[in-house]
Amino acid sequence: MKLSMRGIQKSFGANHVLKGIDLDVDDHEVVCLIGPSGCGKSTLLRTVNLLEKIDAGTIYLDGELVSERGVDANAIRQRIGIVFQSYNLFPHMSVLKNLTLGPIKAMGMDRTIAEATATELLERFGLGDKVHEYPDRLSGGQQQRAAIVRSLVGDPEVLLLDEITSALDPELVGEVLSVIRELAGRGLTMVLATHEMGFARDVANRVVFMDAGHVVETGPPSQVLSEPHEVRTQQFLARVIEGGRL
Amino acid sequence: MQSAPPESPLTPPSLTGGLRSHLDEEGARGALIAFVSTIALFILALVVIGGSENWPTVRRSFFDFELMWESRGPIWEGFTTNIWMFLVGQVAIMALALLIAVMRSLKGPAFFPVRLLAIVFIDFFRGIPIILGLLLFGFGIPALRLPGLPNSAVFWGLVVVVLSYSAYTAEVYRSGIDAVPDSQRLSASALGLTQWQGLRYAVLPQAIRNVIPALLNGFVSLQKDVALLSVLGVREAVREAQIITGRTFNYSPYVFAAALFLAISIPSARFADWYTAKDRARRSQGAGQ
Ligand SMILES: Nc1ncnc2c1ncn2[C@@H]1O[C@H](COP(=O)(O)OP(=O)(O)OP(=O)(O)O)[C@@H](O)[C@H]1O
Ligand SMILES: [Mg+2]
Repeated sequence: MKLSMRGIQKSFGANHVLKGIDLDVDDHEVVCLIGPSGCGKSTLLRTVNLLEKIDAGTIYLDGELVSERGVDANAIRQRIGIVFQSYNLFPHMSVLKNLTLGPIKAMGMDRTIAEATATELLERFGLGDKVHEYPDRLSGGQQQRAAIVRSLVGDPEVLLLDEITSALDPELVGEVLSVIRELAGRGLTMVLATHEMGFARDVANRVVFMDAGHVVETGPPSQVLSEPHEVRTQQFLARVIEGGRL
Repeated sequence: MQSAPPESPLTPPSLTGGLRSHLDEEGARGALIAFVSTIALFILALVVIGGSENWPTVRRSFFDFELMWESRGPIWEGFTTNIWMFLVGQVAIMALALLIAVMRSLKGPAFFPVRLLAIVFIDFFRGIPIILGLLLFGFGIPALRLPGLPNSAVFWGLVVVVLSYSAYTAEVYRSGIDAVPDSQRLSASALGLTQWQGLRYAVLPQAIRNVIPALLNGFVSLQKDVALLSVLGVREAVREAQIITGRTFNYSPYVFAAALFLAISIPSARFADWYTAKDRARRSQGAGQ
């Protein structure tokens, strides 16, 4: 088991966002989180990366309890990559500097090795000619791919992806999704929140449907997306189909 | 991005040519109007001022060029003191203010005392008139003759100016830090960088770039304010001019000193304007993409 969460609770003030989430992710598994806006997908991903403190529950990474006080959060974050909806590249640094900052400063990786790794990854994902460009000279799709590559340079054990295509023009979505598809093919463990049901069906080993801070239903994509057992899942998918997103 | 070059093959050459010369004409006429109206205003001012019956008296006590020439030595020497005080002060202010701004923007309960310290510092030194601080520190501390502490008025005077300016400048930096989106800090943390590393590598470079125009304006104002140290008897330009005026009962040395200050502050101000305009252009270009 790569990642194991038990009874995760999180409130923002009076807003009880996560109401006891249990979620296991196996090695090499790709899990898609789906659910209505505001159900807590982003919050859950951020708690996994310890960017958000949890109020109750436990998180194990590779059998190691990481949700305790006193755990070095920065060290854990180096093992878990996360990519956000808005690319969040650093605008004052070249793509290469963006990619190597974390590995060099946080992980103490040798600069030459970091730069070689970063350049190789950029080439593999079709950004070989953008190594020395600044982010504002890249298209949205290129920026998002660079952001994904940035999270890969440190060789994370788990990659978290939070609606990485929803800020993109439709014609750019494909190039980003193909990167994820390739990573899934290489066996990277991933948890992704997405509104792209077609993509979830295509790439996920398991789909988790969340609603109002609970996990409502979980199972293989063919089952959850085509023959959901739970009424709330059925209602959600019916709305998605109406919206033309399936 | 950028506008198409005029040589663009899509634009007929005759059109570009026509547009060009039209703009040139506009520009030339505008410059002519500006020139003529400036000269006219200048002549009018000369006639009004020079024609007034008090002008000879004014001229004698403010524009006595002979006296200015005689007093150039000490005033110029004093002015070099202004310049080094300004340079030393400016470097100290930029560093101290940045430190305070960073202290103030650290997040998390563990840093509460640090934030509090920064806020108290800012409130205190922003709230006290520089002149009062100068009298208090510049005369008060040397008078104590504390062993191990410098007794010079210049030292304590500069300390006061640096503390006071740092309180303001720290707020300038802080506005720059606040203008960097939180998501930048978040993604620094997500990379496993510590809070300090996130500030150092992700936030501060952007923040400082945001506030360079404001910092340049602070420069210009510091150039003048180091002259306040004259109240402590520091032999800078204003003090030297004051000494000569006290002897001759003529204000021309002050005017000469004023001219020296203007000779550096006007170019500095124009440079700040130029940089600000350039910076704005860079931003709007970045936003347009
Ligand atoms: N930093 C925060 N401070 C306060 N409230 C927050 C914060 N982050 C999220 N919330 C609240 O938590 C709830 C869940 O938000 P979250 O972003 O996790 O939803 P989501 O499932 O990702 O939605 P979407 O599909 O729209 O991205 C929302 O009600 C939101 O307002
Ligand atoms: Mg979200």
